[in-house]
Amino acid sequence: MNRWAPFEWITAIRFLKEGRTQTLFIILGVAIGVSVIIFMSSLMTGLQANFVRQILASQPHIQILPAEETARSLRSESGAVVAATIQKPAQRLRSIDQWQTIVRLLGERPDVVAASPTVSSAALAIRGEASRSITVTGIEPEKYFKIVRLPDYIVQGTPDLTSEDIIIGIELAKDLSVTLGDKLNIRVGSGIARALTIRAIFDLGNKGSNTGLTFLSLRTAQSLAGLAGGVTAINVNLTDPYAAEGVAIVVQAETGAKADSWIKTFAQFFEILRTQNISFGSIEFFVGLSVAFGMASVLVVSVIQRSKDIGILRAMGTTRPQIVRVFLLQGGVLSFAGAIVGSLLGAVGVMLFRGVIKKSDGTQPFQLLMEPQLFLVVISLATITGVAAAVFPALRAAKLDPVVAMRG
Amino acid sequence: MADELHTLGQAAAVLPAPVLRLEAVCKTYNPGTAAEVEVLHAIDLVLQRGEFVALMGPSGSGKSTLLNIIGLLDRPTSGKLFINGEDTGALGDRALTTLRGQSIGFVFQSHFLLSAFTAIENVMMPMLVDQTFPNADMRVRAHDLLAAMDLAKVEDNLSTNMSGGQQQRVAIARGLAMNPSLILADEPTGNLDTVSTDTVFKLMRKVNIENGTTFLIVTHNLDLAKRCDRIIEVVDGRVVGQAPMRAA
Repeated sequence: MNRWAPFEWITAIRFLKEGRTQTLFIILGVAIGVSVIIFMSSLMTGLQANFVRQILASQPHIQILPAEETARSLRSESGAVVAATIQKPAQRLRSIDQWQTIVRLLGERPDVVAASPTVSSAALAIRGEASRSITVTGIEPEKYFKIVRLPDYIVQGTPDLTSEDIIIGIELAKDLSVTLGDKLNIRVGSGIARALTIRAIFDLGNKGSNTGLTFLSLRTAQSLAGLAGGVTAINVNLTDPYAAEGVAIVVQAETGAKADSWIKTFAQFFEILRTQNISFGSIEFFVGLSVAFGMASVLVVSVIQRSKDIGILRAMGTTRPQIVRVFLLQGGVLSFAGAIVGSLLGAVGVMLFRGVIKKSDGTQPFQLLMEPQLFLVVISLATITGVAAAVFPALRAAKLDPVVAMRG
Repeated sequence: MADELHTLGQAAAVLPAPVLRLEAVCKTYNPGTAAEVEVLHAIDLVLQRGEFVALMGPSGSGKSTLLNIIGLLDRPTSGKLFINGEDTGALGDRALTTLRGQSIGFVFQSHFLLSAFTAIENVMMPMLVDQTFPNADMRVRAHDLLAAMDLAKVEDNLSTNMSGGQQQRVAIARGLAMNPSLILADEPTGNLDTVSTDTVFKLMRKVNIENGTTFLIVTHNLDLAKRCDRIIEVVDGRVVGQAPMRAA
């Protein structure tokens, strides 16, 4: 017996040691619950991070577009509105007004990592008799690649663009049966056409993007779109992607241009994430709750089993608060030990999952995250839950009449 | 007459308060209900320091209830109970618990040792609970008490690995841990053979003589009771007789 440790600690630990089997089973119960929570949280965080990463692979945090064109109402000389119905005009391809100023202003913001002007227009990629509808995006590679990490997804060639080059997706290459160095005719709606050399082929992991997206130099795209010196979008990346909506509102107010955040663009995706979080959270909550009730019921039984001991302790001068603390400590120690074991089990489960679940090429479909904060939070919450679960048994133990308790 | 009273008053002022004094203590279970039953009727009792007293009576006479009230494990329905001159009626639960821990030691028929602890740890427990006892002296005192009970060699044994007589001696050592002024022993030899009974009784008597600790021993063993200073007989919740005996 450690004479320097407080009475409550010594008694709690000795009671737990004496009932080894019971203690082991409670720790195991907590451990299983905690490991499920750790594994599910890692899975969920990993999945969501993977989704977000995939989205942001080809999507800027904010896209600044020209302000929408609106028709003004027809008025008489006196100022009265004459036309009863105003039809919204079709949005033609046009440049963002004062886009250089906007880029400069964005560059001055500390939360902006990169701002890249682009020109996007619809076009046809033609190879012999075959053609595919595509979007051509004119970029300044050194700026654009800070936003969309296209070089990471290049499977053939190099993403160096001259005015005569084009980068296409792997699906388009398959559809048109072209490869590196081949010429591809690009024709826009106005009839302007250019024959460009395929410099690189990318795979963004998305069939739509791999078919429809193409990249060429900004100047070439401006020329094809008939927007000499103009840009149709400014792509912006921020230090915090999740702050995009707030920044977009500010930028729109300051510049008058239209600013769309990726959060707004993918509102439905975020709704799915929210629903997923609620579902996983509910499962974790009920796992925790069932473990807590399990622990509480075992501790209640323990109080009954220990009633004589409690009676003796009370007879020798142990106060009710001391008895309460003995049982709260048991709850805390059991749940803490269970949480540690459960964290290890959860970590092993995650590692096994990483080893087993692999794509055909041997890489992982997504990364399961094991952040230290997750373990700290789960262990803390489990310990608090364990102490809370022990409150009722502890109060019950403290309320025991020593005479009745010793009588058993 | 006035001088005599004055002298008596002076004597009372210098005499230590009795270890235990009961004044018209009653205990009623289920008061105010159809199942109301009074088990103790106006008990008056005084135990002086250093007395070694047997409490006898048939089963159901109220001995255990009386012992629980004296041991501050239960409260009387009416009447007063003084421990070392302190009126316990005015004390709250925490103060009663502290007073019980510091002034009263218990020895039960079923020794009631904590099975999770060794013999020496069981003896240390009251000191650990009290928290005012110097940490450094706990083990030394527990060892000395067990040595006095001739248990030094088995002090690190779990209580479950000891004989009934040894366990009861550990329980006595534990009862003495806080050097209480009163030891309440509820049939301490009830489960022991003749030899162990004699050993345990002699040990309690030795502590009584050497330390001046007051003992109140509930027993059905008349031979044992006759070896006490006094026998108090309780029948139907009333003290019906108090007979002084020759010291053993």
